[in-house]
This record gives sequence, C-alpha cells and structure tokens, in this order.
Amino acid sequence: MSDRTDSLVIAGRSFRSRLLVGTGKFASLQMMADAVKASGGEIVTVSLRRAEKGARTGNILDYLDPDRYLILPNTSGARDAEEAIRLARLSRAGGISDWIKLEVTPHPMHLLPDGVETLKAAEILVKEGFTVLPYINADPVLARRLAEVGTATVMPLGSPIGTNKGVKTRDSIGIIIEEATVPVVVDAGLGAPSHAAESMEMGADAVLVNTAIATAEDPCAMAHAFRLGVEAGREAFLAGAPREKERAEASSPLTGFLDER
Amino acid sequence: MSRIRDLLCRLPADALLARADGATEGDVRAVLAKDALDIKDLAVLLSPAADRLLEETARAAKELTARRFGRAILLYAPIYLSNECVNVCTYCGFRRDIEVKRVTLGREEIERELGYLTDRGFRHLLLVTGEHPKIVTMEFLEEAVRIARSHVPSVSIEVEPLSAEHYRRLVDAGVDGVTLYQETYDRDLYARYHTHGPKKRYDWRLDAPDRAAAAGVRRMNIGALLGLADWRRETLALAVHAGHLIRSYWRTHVSVSFPRIRAAASHFDPPYPVTDRELTRMIIALRLFLPDVGLVLSTRERPAVRDGLAPIGITQMSAGSRTEPGGYIDGKGAEKQFDVDDSRSPEEVARRLGELGLNRSGRTGRRRFMGEIVLNGEKKVLGEATPLLTLLERLEFRTKWVIVERNGEPVPREEYAATVIEPGDRIEIATPMAGG
Repeated sequence: MSDRTDSLVIAGRSFRSRLLVGTGKFASLQMMADAVKASGGEIVTVSLRRAEKGARTGNILDYLDPDRYLILPNTSGARDAEEAIRLARLSRAGGISDWIKLEVTPHPMHLLPDGVETLKAAEILVKEGFTVLPYINADPVLARRLAEVGTATVMPLGSPIGTNKGVKTRDSIGIIIEEATVPVVVDAGLGAPSHAAESMEMGADAVLVNTAIATAEDPCAMAHAFRLGVEAGREAFLAGAPREKERAEASSPLTGFLDER
Repeated sequence: MSRIRDLLCRLPADALLARADGATEGDVRAVLAKDALDIKDLAVLLSPAADRLLEETARAAKELTARRFGRAILLYAPIYLSNECVNVCTYCGFRRDIEVKRVTLGREEIERELGYLTDRGFRHLLLVTGEHPKIVTMEFLEEAVRIARSHVPSVSIEVEPLSAEHYRRLVDAGVDGVTLYQETYDRDLYARYHTHGPKKRYDWRLDAPDRAAAAGVRRMNIGALLGLADWRRETLALAVHAGHLIRSYWRTHVSVSFPRIRAAASHFDPPYPVTDRELTRMIIALRLFLPDVGLVLSTRERPAVRDGLAPIGITQMSAGSRTEPGGYIDGKGAEKQFDVDDSRSPEEVARRLGELGLNRSGRTGRRRFMGEIVLNGEKKVLGEATPLLTLLERLEFRTKWVIVERNGEPVPREEYAATVIEPGDRIEIATPMAGG
C-alpha cells in the first residue's frame, strides 16, 4: 500500500494527486468542472486567449475554485520563445499565476514542441522567477538541459498531442525517468487509463491527461478511471514492479526438487 | 533552376494520365485503402474509373477531412484595395486595355471597409490589388496591412509576385498569409493568356511562393484558374507544387484554391471549362493525396456547389464577398474582378454550414495566440484618455479575469485601477480559457 506521505512535490509544493488535468475540448465548462472533480486532480491547465466581449458562458475560472486547484496556465499557441515569454509575463502580471506550462509548438500539423525555443524561453523565465513546467518531446538530453537551467519539472510527450496512442516514446521516457533530478510528468497522447498506469509503473512522477477524458462518452467516468489507473500504476511502482525478462521463467522453480529431502 | 521548376519539368503528366485511363475500379479502391499516396495514385484518382466511384471517393475524402481538420470551416473576406493594373490577362476584368472605372482606396475608405467586415465577425481578411508599380506601391501595401492588422489578427495579401525582400517587409508589417495563383501551370498557354506586362514572367511567378514562405509567411495559398487548361493536368501540377511547399517549409501551412473562371468585364470564354462534377473530383483527389493541405472555395461558386463541397474537403471559404474596390460600403461603380455567385451574407453561410454539421471558425482569431487587439483602430471609441477599467466596461469585457497588455508590456493587476489608456495605445486583452 502506498502510504499517506507519498505525495508529488513540484517546486516545494505538495500534491496528493498525481493526475494533472487539461481543460480543453469539453462539451461545456460545467462538464469540465465535473470531470476535473471526478479525476481527483489538483493541478489544472488552462490556455490564454484573446478575451471575448460579454459574459454569456462565464469564464473558466468561475468553474475552478483556486483554493482547491492549482491553476496552471500554458503558453499554447506560442510559436517561438518570444511569444511564450510574452504570454507567461502577461499571465503573471494579470494575477493568474507565476507557474507556467511552457509549450512552444511551431509545427502547424502535429503541434510537436520546439526544443530549441523551449530551452531558450525556460532559461529566461526561470531567471525571472517563474516556476516553469516545460512540455517537450521525449528527449533525455533536452530534459537534462532544462533541469540544469532550473525548470520545476520536465513533461515529455507519450505520443503527439490528441492522438490517444499511448506511451510510444517508452524507451526515451525510461531514460528521462532514470536520470531525472526533477519530477517527470508524462504529457500528451495518453488515450486510456492503462497508458497512464503504464507511465506510472515506469516511475513517472505524474501524468497529464486532457483529450482522452474530454472526448470520452462519459467524461466524468473516464476521469475517475484515469484516477484509478494512475493510482494503480503508482502503487505498482512503489511495490517494485518486477523487471521484464527475456525468457520465460517458471513461477515454481524447475530445480526446486533439489531442496527436497 | 529552382526546385519547383525542376519538379514540374520532370512531371510526366500526360503519361501518368494515359496510364491511369486504363485503371479499374479495383485499382481505385486499392488507392483508397493506402495510407500514403504517390503521384501515380493521384492520377488513378483522376481516372474515369474514379469518376464511376465518385460517391465512394467523396466519402473517403469527407472522413479524412473530418479527421484532420475537425468540422470547422474558416470564413474570410476579401477587400479589393485597387483595380489599377498594368497587365493584360485576357480573362481578367481588371486588364489594362479595357475601359473600366479604376479606383484605389484611401486610408479612410480602407478603414470603413474594415469596420464593415469586422462588424460581421470576420477576423481573417484578404487584401487584393491589381499590379501597378506607381499606384499600388510597397509603401501603400505596408500601410494597408498595418491598418488591417489594427482591426484583425490575420491578414493575407493577393498581389503580384514580390521579391524576397518585399515579402519580408510585408511580414514585418503584419502579413501572415499570401495568396498567389499560377493561373495555369502550362507554360505555353500561360504565354498566350498573359500578353502584356510584367506578369508575362512565368518563372518569377512560379518561384514566388518559395520566396514568400522563406520570408516567414505562415500561410501560403496557391491555385490554378480553372478553365484555362486541362483540369486533370492542372491538378497534377498543383499537387506537385503544394507537396513541394509542404516539404520545404514546415512552419508554413499550405492551401490550394479552386477559382473557376466567372464572367468579368473581359467577356472571356474559358477554352477548357470545368464542370461541377470535375471540380468535385479535383477536390476529392487533392484531399486524398495531401491530407493536411487546406482547400479553399470562394464565392465564385453558387450556394448549392459550396454547400455540397464544404463537408467533402473544404477548410476555408470566403463569404459575402465584394470584388470591387470599396464594394462593401459605397461601390463607386468601380469595375469588379469577377461576378459573385453566392450572394448570401456571412451569417446565412454560417447558418447553412451549421445545418451541415460544420462550424464557422475564424471569428475570434483563436488559431493564433491572441491576435493583437490594437485599439488605435477604434479611435472613435477612445477620443480621450480613459481609465482602463472604464474602457473594459465600455467594451463589455468582464474585468475579473482579464489580463491586459499595453504597448507590448503587461499591465500588473494591482495597477489596473490606476492605468489610463491614451489614444494611440496598443491594447491587448486576454483571459484564461479551456486548454490542455
């Protein structure tokens, strides 16, 4: 059993839940709020966009209690370091947060992150006092470079965002986890609770899920399923999941008879 | 020789099409089952056998479009800035050798056209001119782009081919898209249609999309004017051109337009008319060959054709277009470039798209991070220094969660009450929204 003290610590702040939840693609803000609640998540990402006039649908922050959740703004839409930095500064000045999920995605088709610009932006934002959580491709060298400049986590992708393909970058994420000096959050592409469990079994510190929950037929039920998947994977990791072996090994030793008298 | 010239020279269009003429329905279905298509497969999709399977290929195209682009169609509107032109293109209503009323919009007229279109929810505008080095100068274009960018987040231009340096200047002024049609990829026919003026230079035009994309243009829209040459050969050339741009400029989104020749003052009869069915086949084939390419349809087409093609593969449409300078506000009797066949308002088009299960996008400029809201485009609203909070209230923004940037600098929340906006300030207002 995992004990009560097994908490996720990012930049000195502890969280009981290891499931971060994105708020995009839900049918309604109410549906989003219900699903976030069902997920047990405590860190919730939002994007920053041009404001629209009027207040017909309400703001997303009306639906998320800031005492209960850490609101994590992202820099989605930024195509280079400069745009990402601008968004982060704007968010902090506007009182949203000094935490920032750093995303630089210039690639118009696959929204894959630009590691060069991400590192550039991370270095500047860390110096300015931001808590930086960078979204990256599963590149172990880049992960080290980011940790060196002082990011609070690294967030390697499991597969391209929104694809629901699971942990296709398994080997590289394994290396990142092995070498990590900051929490590793597997972000993007996790399409099923089993993918989340797989990441946690590997030793990831947390996962971030959005599309798979938001586009499920029953987002609340799926949010809860992901919660269980994350918890199961974490417990398995703490229990010391047995290593994979190349050959079959009988559960009953073949040579057990030798000990018999 | 540039890469695209080389690729087109080596494109055996006639041989590909001749071979595809022998394709069976089984061959077409085999192409539909493939993940990635090559140019031979594209030829098969243009074959008579594919025509017999039109419904089946249309379904495949529709499914692919929904998977890659969702159900959103971006609506944009053109603004014709000038119909002055030094070229003779035998099919065009602006050709220099015909007597039509010539108009070039001034700053105030441009502002009024912009106001009309932004009131109708447009956030993506296309500025169009003829080619006239003395009247439509670089400075004129830069100024027009800056004015337009003070109203909307996304501005494209459709002007003559420019040098790399001039594309860079326009990108700096705020252009993010360029539309440039080759008109026809057939060199001999091109020479016959373009009899006088700088537009005679086929290669300068062909290489222009490369120059634009290399200069940082984020959206490149190409096309062939349908009716000038055999549509199947043009489709192959367009596919090669778009494919080349997609591979070479990964930051640039590439799209293809399908302008069919319409009646214009030139009274031009297209020698290779393209039927509705052929246009549909062309769109299906390009969608299946290039799953990620944007496909654009203008108001040259009548409503039934637009509504029919929208779900199959189209990603962008113009709506409510006027094709003469000043056309939205007072017309002035200037000559149109072509007649519009879908005269529905943008609201009507959006409503019809909704009935077809598609959504209008491009209303709020969400694709790009908060296109700048530059309020010096609304000087009438802000005749004098105004407290920020008053301004937000007047503009109906809820102040609780908005975040504000002024002249490129974030405004700290604790300073909102003390901040006064001066006329001429560039203000940007953002807010948290759903996101992953």
